[in-house]
Amino acid sequence: MDQNAEVLVQLVIPLALLVLAYFTGTVIERRHYRSIRERERSWSELPVITLRSVPSGWRVVDSGLVSSSVVISVDYFKRFLAGLRMIFGGRVKTYESLLDRARREALLRLKEQAQSGGYQAVINVRVETTRMANARGDSRIAGLEVLAFGTALELREAP
Amino acid sequence: MILSNIETVPGKTITRFFGVVSGSTVRAKHIGKDILAGFRNIVGGELKAYTELLTEAREDALRRMVEQAESLGANAVVNIRFSTSSVAQGAAELFAYGTAVTVE
Repeated sequence: MDQNAEVLVQLVIPLALLVLAYFTGTVIERRHYRSIRERERSWSELPVITLRSVPSGWRVVDSGLVSSSVVISVDYFKRFLAGLRMIFGGRVKTYESLLDRARREALLRLKEQAQSGGYQAVINVRVETTRMANARGDSRIAGLEVLAFGTALELREAP
Repeated sequence: MILSNIETVPGKTITRFFGVVSGSTVRAKHIGKDILAGFRNIVGGELKAYTELLTEAREDALRRMVEQAESLGANAVVNIRFSTSSVAQGAAELFAYGTAVTVE
């Protein structure tokens, strides 16, 4: 009887977590993608480029450094799927979408930051990704940080 | 103080080089934030507390770099780079460095 209860607990809790994570993760991801797409459309006016030099024809009035970051976490369900994937190998789509969301979010925040600083463009944009370990020290990921930074330009006329 | 991550300050010329300036800070997350993050690790989503923590820490590193540049008499720092490394479990070092210059 006691053993049965133990087995039940060991099975039910992870299963419940998987179901919870599946729903919350899907909702959060879908909502995030919708917000990303909307903001990407509204921010398409502000150029963010990876060139190291100022494109010819842009007359620079002022410049400054801008940076933005996002720390994002993978959910339990996705981690479970990725764990399965690691047995067979191949694309880990759940992590691809996670990183895609984090990068696009970081770039959008960079644009917001540039805008609020009175700048009209950002050049030499760099994107860096760092894995954050959790304090318990086990191998599970606590979060992934995506940092975007670049040199923002105030221009005499909009490009 | 003008900051940029390219070799020059757009629209200005460099008249003097002072060499490398850097600033760093080591931060640890407190346990409460880690518990919250543990919850987020189940449901997914952004870890806002960590985003804020790292943003603040990076601003701190930048500020220290700027202070060093000011003490040298520079008025700009060019070619700024960031690096993040975890020095211990639950602690990270944020490092910013660049070249201090005078621009006109």
